[in-house]
Amino acid sequence: MSAFLLQYLTVAVFSVAAIAMVGGMLGLGSLVRPTRPQSQKYINYECGVDPVGTGWSQSQIRYYIFALLFVMFDVEAVFIFPWAVRLEAYGLFGLVEMTIFIVILALGLLYAWRKKVLRWA
Amino acid sequence: MPPLITPDVEWGLLAPELILVGGALVLLVVGTFARRRDVGSFYAVFTILVAGVSLVSTVGLWQDVTGAGSNPRLAVADAVSIDGFSVFVTIVILAAVVIGALLADDYLRRERLQGVAYYVLMMLSASGGIFMGKANDLIVVFLGLEILSIALYVLAGYHRRRSQSQEAAIKYFVLGSFSSAFFLYGIALTYGATGSTNITEIGRFLQGTTLTTGVLLGGVALLLVGLGFKVAAVPFHMWTPDVYQGSPTPVAGFMAAAAKTAGFAALLRIFYAGFGTLRLDWQPMVWALAVLSLVVGSVLAVVQTDVKRMLAYSSISHAGYVLIGLQAATDKGIAGSLFYLLAYTFMVLGSFAVVTLVGREGDGRHALDDYRGLARNRPGLAFAFTVFLLAQAGVPFTAGFLAKFGVIAAAVEAGSYAIAVIAMVAAVVAAFFYLRVIVVMYMAGDAEVEPAPAVLDGAGAADGAGGLATATATDVATRNRVAIPLGAGVALALCLAVTIGAGLLPEPLLDFARHATLLKP
Repeated sequence: MSAFLLQYLTVAVFSVAAIAMVGGMLGLGSLVRPTRPQSQKYINYECGVDPVGTGWSQSQIRYYIFALLFVMFDVEAVFIFPWAVRLEAYGLFGLVEMTIFIVILALGLLYAWRKKVLRWA
Repeated sequence: MPPLITPDVEWGLLAPELILVGGALVLLVVGTFARRRDVGSFYAVFTILVAGVSLVSTVGLWQDVTGAGSNPRLAVADAVSIDGFSVFVTIVILAAVVIGALLADDYLRRERLQGVAYYVLMMLSASGGIFMGKANDLIVVFLGLEILSIALYVLAGYHRRRSQSQEAAIKYFVLGSFSSAFFLYGIALTYGATGSTNITEIGRFLQGTTLTTGVLLGGVALLLVGLGFKVAAVPFHMWTPDVYQGSPTPVAGFMAAAAKTAGFAALLRIFYAGFGTLRLDWQPMVWALAVLSLVVGSVLAVVQTDVKRMLAYSSISHAGYVLIGLQAATDKGIAGSLFYLLAYTFMVLGSFAVVTLVGREGDGRHALDDYRGLARNRPGLAFAFTVFLLAQAGVPFTAGFLAKFGVIAAAVEAGSYAIAVIAMVAAVVAAFFYLRVIVVMYMAGDAEVEPAPAVLDGAGAADGAGGLATATATDVATRNRVAIPLGAGVALALCLAVTIGAGLLPEPLLDFARHATLLKP
C-alpha cells in the first residue's frame, strides 16, 4: 500500500473504533438488561408524550418560514463570531466585508417583512 | 496581533457578475417597496438594462484577453481565471438573461404571477453561472453551482397554482442537492490526491507525476457525475423531462440555456485544463456518457407527445453533442463545444419562447395536438418554430448545422470515428421528431374547431342561423389565436436572427468561439 493511502488509515481506524464502541456498548447492554416487552415501549418517542396523529399530518406553513428566518440569522452568527474574535486582525477589510454580508442578509429580512410573513395572525 | 493578509480583489475583472448581483439587490429593494403589485414592464426592463450594462463591461475584458498583446490571467488569489473562455461563457449567459426577461415579462402577467422575485432570482442564478465559467478553483465552482441551482429550484416552482410546478421544484431540488453532494465529495477526493483545489495547481501537479491513484480517479469520476447531473447527460438525466415539463416554460428555457452552459463551462475547464494529462483515463468515461446521451435522448424523444418533454429529451441529446467536443480533448473540440453552447442557447430559448406562447393561459397546452394548424393561425410563429426545430436537427444554413459540424469534425480529427458515426445517426433519428412537430403545424387540420358555444340559443335562430354559426366559429378561432406580445416577439426575433445569421454568416461567431481559449497550466 502506498504511503499516500496509508494516511487514510486514520480514517479507517476511527471508523472501526466508532463502530466497535457503539456496538460494544449496545451489545453489553443487551446482555445485562432485563427484557420486558410492552406495547407502549414501541411507540414513537415524542418528548415523553404519546404521539398525536400520524407522521404525515400537515403542519402550519408559518412554522417553516419562521424556521427559515431563524436559520438565516443562525448561520449569520457562525460567520460573525470568528470575525468578532479576530476583529483587529481583519481590519477595515473585514469590517467592510462583514457589513456587506449583514446588509445582504438584512435585505432578506426586509423582503420577508414587506411580504408580511412576520405577522402571525 | 499581526494583520491578516487578504487577497487582492480585482473588482474590475469581476464586473459582469457584480453588476448582476448589485442589480438584483437594488431590484429586490425597489420591488419590496413598490406600492402596486403590477408595475407594468418595469422589472423586465430593469433586468434587461442590468444585463446590458453587464454585457458592456465584458467588452473591455474581451479585448483584454484575446487578440494581440492579450493578457489572459488568474486573479483574486488565483481563484478565478480571466480568459477568452470565461468571457465567452459570461456573454452567452447574459444573452440568456436578456431573452429570459423578455419572455418572462408577458408570461408572468398572463399567469398573474407578477412580482419582483422572478427577475431577482434569474439575475442571481445567472451570476452563479458566470462564476462557474470563471472559477479556477473547485470550491469556487461549487459556490457558483449552488448560487445557480438554488435560485433555479425556486424558479422551477414559481408557478404557485400549478401542482406540476411544485413537483418539478421538489424533484429538481432533491436530485440537484444529491448531485451537489457527489460533486463535493469529488472535490474532497481530488484535494486528497493532488493537495490542491485550484484547477491550475491540480494541472501542474498532474504534469509532474505519472502515478494515478484510485483516490484521484474516484475524484475525477465523482466530479463527472456531479456535473453530469447539471448538464443532463445520460445516465444522470432522469430529472430533466419532469422538471422541464413542470417548470414555467420561460424558466425551462432559461434552465436549458444558462444552467447547461454554466455546467459545461465548469466541466470543460476542470477536465481539459485541470485533468488534461489524465485524458486517457477520463476520455472513455466521457465517451460513454456522450454516446448514451445521444442515443437515449434521441430515441426517447421520438415517443413523446408533449412538446416540452420532447424538448427536454432533445436537450439531453444536445448534451451528448457538447460532450463529443470534450471527448476529443483538443483545442478545436473545446471551441466546437463552446460554439455549440452559443448556438444551442439561442435555438432552445427560441423554441421555449414559442412553447410559452402556444401554452396560453395556464401554461398547460403543450401537447402535440395543440400545435395543429398553427401555421394557418400564426404563420410567423410557426415559421419561427420551424427554423428553431430545423436548427436543432442540424439542417444546413442554420447555427445548429455548424455547431454539430464543429464537434463532429473535432471528433474525427481526434480519431474518434465511432462516436462521429453515432452522432450522425442520432441526428437522423432526432430529425424525425423535429419534423413531426413541423408536419403537425403545417399539414394537419385545425385543432380549434370546437363546437360553437351556446350562443345559438334560439335567439335569431330563425333567420340566418347559418351566418351566425360561421361568425361564432371565427370568433372562437380569433379568441384561440395565440397572442404574440411585444417582449416575446423581440425575443423570438433575436433568437431567429442569431440562428439564421450564424448559419449564413458564421465567420464572426466561429471566430468568437475560436478565440475563447482556455487558460491552461
